[in-house]
Amino acid sequence: MTAPVDVERFRALFEPKGIIVAGASSHPGKFGFVAAHNILAHGYAGDVFLTNREGGTILDRQTYRSIDDVPAGAAELVFVCTPPATLPEMLRACAAKGVKAAFVSSAGFGEAGEDGLRAERALAALCDELGILLAGPNGQGIISTPVGLCAQIIAPYPPAGRIAVASQSGGFVQAFLNYARSTGVGVSRAVSAGNSASTTVADYLEYFAVDPATDVSLIYVEGLTDGRVFFEKARAAAALKPIVVLKGGVTAGGQRAAASHTGALASDDKVFDGMCRQAGLSRARTVEEAFEVAASFAVHPQPRGPRVFVLTTAGGWGVVTADRISQSRDLELPPLPDDLRAAFDAKLPPRWSRNNPADLAGSETRDTVIECLELAVAHPDVDAVVLLGVGIQSNLGDLERRGPFYPGHGLERIVDYHERQDTRYATAAVELSRTYGKPVLVASELADAQPTNSGIVKLKELGSFAYASSHQAATALEHLYRYRRYRERRGLA
Amino acid sequence: MAFTTRTLSEYDSKRRLAASGIPVAEERLCAGPEEARSAAVEIGFPVAVKLCGDAIAHKTERGLVRLGLRDETAVHTAAAELLAAARPEDGSVSLLVARMVSGKRELIAGCATDPTFGRCVMLGIGGIFAEILADVVFRLVPVTRIDALEMLDELAHRDWLGPFRGEPAVDRERLADVIVGLSVLAEQDARVRSIDVNPLIVHEGRPVAVDALIELEVA
Repeated sequence: MTAPVDVERFRALFEPKGIIVAGASSHPGKFGFVAAHNILAHGYAGDVFLTNREGGTILDRQTYRSIDDVPAGAAELVFVCTPPATLPEMLRACAAKGVKAAFVSSAGFGEAGEDGLRAERALAALCDELGILLAGPNGQGIISTPVGLCAQIIAPYPPAGRIAVASQSGGFVQAFLNYARSTGVGVSRAVSAGNSASTTVADYLEYFAVDPATDVSLIYVEGLTDGRVFFEKARAAAALKPIVVLKGGVTAGGQRAAASHTGALASDDKVFDGMCRQAGLSRARTVEEAFEVAASFAVHPQPRGPRVFVLTTAGGWGVVTADRISQSRDLELPPLPDDLRAAFDAKLPPRWSRNNPADLAGSETRDTVIECLELAVAHPDVDAVVLLGVGIQSNLGDLERRGPFYPGHGLERIVDYHERQDTRYATAAVELSRTYGKPVLVASELADAQPTNSGIVKLKELGSFAYASSHQAATALEHLYRYRRYRERRGLA
Repeated sequence: MAFTTRTLSEYDSKRRLAASGIPVAEERLCAGPEEARSAAVEIGFPVAVKLCGDAIAHKTERGLVRLGLRDETAVHTAAAELLAAARPEDGSVSLLVARMVSGKRELIAGCATDPTFGRCVMLGIGGIFAEILADVVFRLVPVTRIDALEMLDELAHRDWLGPFRGEPAVDRERLADVIVGLSVLAEQDARVRSIDVNPLIVHEGRPVAVDALIELEVA
């Protein structure tokens, strides 16, 4: 078994009382400048101390020539941009000032050959001795939105939210933060684990699992030095909160026992896949899926069962969605329950599809979509709803508004009405989901094609988002349901 | 992860499986053709006769397996031929007389040592298309019963476990017994590097280990 997570040291990393930027630079092209700039530019309320051996000011702020000049007890985190050789002395000085965590962005360690690897091991041992949590080296930084912390040498600073990111690739931290910005589904913490000299992605998972600011973890891993430790830590963390995994690079086969048929069929990827299932990790196949599934966990309740109801005002989308769900290994598209059919019949003219998917076939009036949606979400035989067609009216409204006849001929009034309707649909999807504790997923190509659409905008305003296709919504639902089922079967839910 | 290994004979491998609750085909270890003949009578025809020894790993490739023998003469003849085919490097050998297990479906199960995650248990679709389908599912040792049952549903061709051409559906609990049994076997003996159960034939809905090979790490 592994030791319990040292929450206090992670708190010093993600919610430090003050920060030292070691190796701050006045040259805007240098990481030492970018780190200082990003920390100072995003509302971090604690004290920030910039050190530079030449002295002077950086970003209108007086620098310190040495760590020794920084007031004792004023900083808990040091963000390091100086070369490897400077680190031992500097970290000792930091420890003497009460620093509890170090993010080392400097390169030239394990990634740079044998000497670098030796330096990296020495760095890890030193931090251990000093009681400093070491993040990195060769990492690109950390984000912590609850305290407005943007201590990184990359962009962007994401909106605040409930997703925590840990990645072996700084590039994927960046990608996930960019997705957060575009969807509006925000981030609590993010860390580029760099070479993970002493703090690994699995360690961050342990912290995220008990972090009150986080609802779901999103990780990217390539190589794992100790697969068993990763498995044990990730499984313990997944027992508490969902974890979405993106795996890059199938490692070399390693030694196989030649006499074994089983060994020949054992590709690393299949073992990794089985490990994920066993640990309760949600493994995503693509970068986009990884973020979207994490966002889904952050936004939606998990379905209690596999039964999906599809409500559409968009014809073919309903059929395609029904195909996708019917082919799912995890979800079901049950026939429409009789009492639900009867309840719909009472509200709709007879041309609606009278089955699941329920295609309202243009027979809706002002309130029928919302009324039918509530009937479906409330129904005991429905575990999740996919709502299609949100945004169609505003899309038409947009066309009419841009046309030469607007605002006359009653166009102004009808365009207003269209936009109001989509706003109402989006609101109903979010509110009914919250009222009944069931996921209601809105899917529309307008999420990409017309992000200004009033339905899409409203979802975002309410902290939700629209899937760009029902295929993506179904994939997200599969992940949500599998996680729920995993926990239920093991008495964790 | 360099290590040297040795294999157990088919007979010893299957005794280890049986001790872990995995059903194995009924069989007898015999010294010579005469003993093989009477073992076949006891078991009932048809039977299979195989040459068996610790150092024999690739029986089929060497023609050391005779299947579907239907009478005493056939068994006697096959037994004599197999003993004659033994090579000096095979060491001490004997004959294995086993009941022919019939079934349209073959599974493959086992244990492997992964360089990253260590020992894991595997279940897959067996038979002549096993490599092409590569429909296999893994879990790390130790494997719980819940994990084992979930493995069945993760086979790409999971419908293959349902009723098939007049045969009943595969008994899920018994198949889970095999997976858990392999995990227990590995847990109880840290020297186990790999286990091959191939084929694991589905006979009247129940999985039966028909051939097996256990590989142990040598200290």
